[in-house]
Amino acid sequence: METSNDIDKIQEEIISEFEMFDDWMEKYEYLIELGKDLPIISEELKTEDRLIEGCQSRVWLNSELINGKMDYRADSDAIITKGIIGLLIRVMNNQTPEVIISNELLFIKAIGLQEHLSPTRSNGLLGMVKRMKLEAIKSLNIK
Amino acid sequence: MQKTTSTLQIPPFNVREIREEFPALRQQVYGKNLIYFDNGATSQKPQMVLDAINHYYSKENANIHRGVHYLSQRATTEYEAARTRIQKRLNAKSSNEIIFTKGATDGINLVASSFGNMLQQGDEIIISTMEHHSNIVPWQMLCERKGLVLRVIPINFKGEILQDEYDKLLSKKTKLVAITHISNTLGTVNPIKEMIAKAHSVGAKFLVDGAQSIQHLLIDVRDLNCDFFVFSSHKVFGPTGIGVLYGKEDLLDQMPPYQGGGDMIAKVTFERTTYNELPYKFEAGTPHIAGGICLGKAFEYIESIDFKAVEAHERALAEYASQVLETFEGLTIIGDAKNKTSVVSFSVKDLHPFDIGTLLDKQGIAVRTGHHCTQPLMDFYKIPGTVRASFAFYNTIQEIDQFVIALERSLNMLK
Repeated sequence: METSNDIDKIQEEIISEFEMFDDWMEKYEYLIELGKDLPIISEELKTEDRLIEGCQSRVWLNSELINGKMDYRADSDAIITKGIIGLLIRVMNNQTPEVIISNELLFIKAIGLQEHLSPTRSNGLLGMVKRMKLEAIKSLNIK
Repeated sequence: MQKTTSTLQIPPFNVREIREEFPALRQQVYGKNLIYFDNGATSQKPQMVLDAINHYYSKENANIHRGVHYLSQRATTEYEAARTRIQKRLNAKSSNEIIFTKGATDGINLVASSFGNMLQQGDEIIISTMEHHSNIVPWQMLCERKGLVLRVIPINFKGEILQDEYDKLLSKKTKLVAITHISNTLGTVNPIKEMIAKAHSVGAKFLVDGAQSIQHLLIDVRDLNCDFFVFSSHKVFGPTGIGVLYGKEDLLDQMPPYQGGGDMIAKVTFERTTYNELPYKFEAGTPHIAGGICLGKAFEYIESIDFKAVEAHERALAEYASQVLETFEGLTIIGDAKNKTSVVSFSVKDLHPFDIGTLLDKQGIAVRTGHHCTQPLMDFYKIPGTVRASFAFYNTIQEIDQFVIALERSLNMLK
């Protein structure tokens, strides 16, 4: 239960952070900063099987189960995509697979970034969220 | 990153009056006045086309070519009148040469399937490096099916087809050359009239992909002497889901039908079916009737506009945009052909086109980013994609100035 509360709390934190912004450009300025701060994953992890090909930008995702919790590292060639990855990782990292599978990531819509997770955007993010959940399911089966 | 004062003279052209006709241009997105620079993807629609769509479904809706009743007669008359209007605009010899399709892609697939059926193993088809996937993949599929060979004419770095290389590829084996009139990614206007004459000299047929030229240039299929010309309605101010394949009548006559169904037959028995005459032989099933009629309306609209002035205005827009963009540090314009119109594609060092496009969008500017369905061309330039601003005659110099300000802000944020 504790972790489930955590994931909701983190999402609420992000929502209130985004409420401070007056317009779209400020939101994106923040996303770009997040993208720049996100640690780049090492080149040897940027393999074909970790690649999620979008029509626009590409995303690499590495997933591991560490002490019963998911550890995600991801990267993208586009900085805004990377900023949104930063938010997704902040929410999903260090959660149990069960929590990740059942969580709906409501914060994305609340902060107005749902367009980036729509199939038409084709920036790899939708595929990345699916892959994050799939990896969580896989690690449940291993457990 | 300072703006230069252009020395270009913009020819007289009443853009304000034209913009009045396009309601989609008068709206705000994200609280900003919309600047629509994605005309290469699709064009906005003038009021008379919108009215015609409403009118058709309100007053005329009926199936065509088969009803004895009033509405069916009227819809048939309107649909065929649209065909004739298009025939006259293209200067085709007969309305039998105007086949309604779903769009340019559908037209190319029709030719690949039907004309392609008449080709033999070892025959060759020529395309160029700058083709849209729609003018690559249908030929690849045909080549695989029939054992044909696909040849690709290389281009130079400016984005021009290498005519010497084209000459070398042409031979008695060449059966078809399929080339874009204007590149959707680069804006290059290809010298198709000369290329058509060369193809004919070895006995090959020539298909022009006119998806990006019909809305910018006056097209005369008899002057070009092309064998096929395809375009989509939605890029020339008409509705989506309809387009045209022009083909020379004697050639279309020889070609087998594409799809089977209603309307394309003369008589059906279980033993043998005979086919309808042109153009119906290639129009199986109930067509997009409203689409055809309203494409006719779009043509009526463009007939009211001086296309010489359109051409000059659009060239001036592209040249002005290029001149200003060239002053940005790290920005490279992709495609610098001598003959170029209405498109400015660029990439910025160390920045992803997706990021630039996203920030422009939030400032009310619609551009396209990515590979523009021309991946082999992106491979040639060794870039993942470009930002593309593509103009129509309703765009203005003032919009380009605002675009430049928004771009400058976007690049500063990303650096």
